[in-house]
Amino acid sequence: MTEAIHTTNLNAWYGKTHALKNIDMTVENNKITAIIGPSGCGKSTFIRCLNRMNDLIDGFSTEGEILIRGKDIKDTDPVALRKKIGMVFQKPNPFPKSIYENIAYGPRIHGINKRELDSIVESSLKKAALWNEVKDRLNDNAMELSGGQQQRLCIARALAVGPEIILFDEPCSALDPISASKIEDLMIDLKEKYTIVIVTHNMQQAARVSDSTAFFLMGEMIEFGDTKQIFKKPREKSTEDYITGRFG
Amino acid sequence: MRYIKGEAFKYLCMAATVIALMLLALLMWDAWDKGAGWLSLKFLNSFPSRFPEQAGIKSALWGSIWLMILTAIISIPLGVGAAIYLEEYARRTWLTRIIEINISNLAGVPSIVYGILGLALFVRGLMLGRSLLAGALTMALLILPIIIISSQEAIRAVPKSIREASYALGSTKWQTVRHHVLPAALPGILTGNILSLSRAMGEAAPLIMIGALTFIAFTPAGPFDPFTALPIQIFNWASRPKAEFQFLAAAGILVLLALLLAMNAAAIIIRNKYQRYIKW
Ligand SMILES: Nc1ncnc2c1ncn2[C@@H]1O[C@H](COP(=O)(O)OP(=O)(O)OP(=O)(O)O)[C@@H](O)[C@H]1O
Ligand SMILES: [Mg+2]
Repeated sequence: MTEAIHTTNLNAWYGKTHALKNIDMTVENNKITAIIGPSGCGKSTFIRCLNRMNDLIDGFSTEGEILIRGKDIKDTDPVALRKKIGMVFQKPNPFPKSIYENIAYGPRIHGINKRELDSIVESSLKKAALWNEVKDRLNDNAMELSGGQQQRLCIARALAVGPEIILFDEPCSALDPISASKIEDLMIDLKEKYTIVIVTHNMQQAARVSDSTAFFLMGEMIEFGDTKQIFKKPREKSTEDYITGRFG
Repeated sequence: MRYIKGEAFKYLCMAATVIALMLLALLMWDAWDKGAGWLSLKFLNSFPSRFPEQAGIKSALWGSIWLMILTAIISIPLGVGAAIYLEEYARRTWLTRIIEINISNLAGVPSIVYGILGLALFVRGLMLGRSLLAGALTMALLILPIIIISSQEAIRAVPKSIREASYALGSTKWQTVRHHVLPAALPGILTGNILSLSRAMGEAAPLIMIGALTFIAFTPAGPFDPFTALPIQIFNWASRPKAEFQFLAAAGILVLLALLLAMNAAAIIIRNKYQRYIKW
C-alpha cells in the first residue's frame, strides 16, 4: 500500500463555522506533502483532523472519512492514533523539564522499559540532529535551549514514540533562517522512514522540501498535485495568484 | 486638559493608597502598643483565666492550628478536584456556566451565613456538636469557593501548547493532567489555598454561630473535642470591661497577625520560587 492517508469528502465545523469543505486528498508513504494557502483557509484544521487533535475542542465536528493506512480513524482510539501520528507545532512547546525527560516522557507513558529509555533518547536526538549539541547537558531544563534547538527537541520528542506519520504545522515560522534550513534538511532526511505532512506559509520552503503540494482557499482544496507542477504550471488561476504573491 | 486629568487621577490613586496604608499602620501600631508588653512564652503557653496576669492563649492557638489542618484536609482535595473537573473535564455547556456563576456568588456570601448552615447541617444535622470537626467542615464550606476559583485560575494559566504537546504524544487526559497541567499549576494552586486558609484563620463569625466555646482550659486531643480559636478568644477578651483584658486582646491580635503574615509569606515564597523555573 502506498497510501498513508486518504480523506474522502472531509468536512469540518467549529460550531457553525464551516472550516473544511469536501476535502479529498491522498498522502503517499515516505513523501513530504505540503499544504499552502492564505491565513484562515483551514490548513491547521485539516492536519489537526488527521490526529484527532481537534476532538479536544468543544463544538468541533467532522463528516466524511479519514483513512490512515486503510483504516478509518473513527474506529481507532485517539490516544493510539496519536502515538502513530506525531505532531510538531508552530511555536516550540517543550515541557518545562529536562532535555532527557522531554524525550523519555512519550516512550515511558507507552510502557517502554526504563533500561531502553537511554538508547531511545540518544537515537531520537540523533535523528533530530540535536545530539551533538546537547549530549553533555541532558539534565538541563529544555527551556534553556534556543528556539531552533527547542523545535528540534520537539521533533525528537515526536520521533521517540515511534510514529509512522509526522504532521508539521508551520514548524519554522518562529525560527531564524539558519535554524529553519536545519529543520528543512532534517525533514528531507526523515522522509526515508516517515511520511510527512507540512503546513507552511513559506512558498520557497514548500517548493524545496515537498513532493506534492495542496493549495487551500477558504476551506476548500483548490488544487493538489506534484509540487513541480503546482509551482511551474498551476492549473487554477487562484493558485497562481497565491504562489506569485498576488494575494494572501 | 487630558494630561491634567490623567495627572490628577494618578495623585488621587496615590492618596487612596497612602490613606489605606496609614490606617493599616495605625491599627498595627495600636495593637503593638497595647499588646507587646503582654506577649511572652507564658502567654502562649497558658490557658485562659479570670485573672488577666495568668491568662494565656494556649487553647485558642492550638484550636486554631487544629482547625486549620482539618479545614485544609477537607477543603483542598474537594476544591482542587472540583477545579480540575471544571477546567479539564467538563464541557462548556450552560450547566457548567451556571455552576461557575454560582461558585463565584458563593464566594461573596457573608461568613455568618455559612455559620448558620454549619449549625444546622453539622452541629445539629450530623450531630457533631460544637466539635472541631463541625468547625472545620463549616470553614471548609466557607473557603471552598475561593479555593475552587483560585485553583481554576492557576489551571487555566497553564498554556494550551503544553496540553497539546502531551496529547500529541498519545497521552490520555488523566496523564496530561497528572504529569503536565497539575505540576505547572501547583505553585498557583498552593498560593491560592494558603491565602484561603488564612482567610479561614481570621474568621470569628461562623465559629461563634456554631457555638465554639470561649472558655476552654485544655487543648483539643481529637477532631470531636470542643475547641476555641484565636479570633473568638480575642473577641471574648475585647468585650470585657477590665482594661487588662483589652491588652490581652491586643496581644492575641499580634499572635494572630504573626500567623497570618507567616502564611502569606509562605505563599509568596512558593510563588517566587517556582516562577523562576516556569516561563512560557
Ligand atoms: N478553535 C477554533 N474555534 C473556532 N473557530 C476556529 C478555531 N480554530 C480555527 N477556527 C476557524 O477555522 C478557520 C480555519 O482556521 P485554521 O486555523 O485551520 O486556518 P489556517 O489555515 O491554519 O490559518 P493560519 O495560516 O493563520 O494558521 C478560520 O476561519 C478560523 O477562524
Ligand atoms: Mg494554522
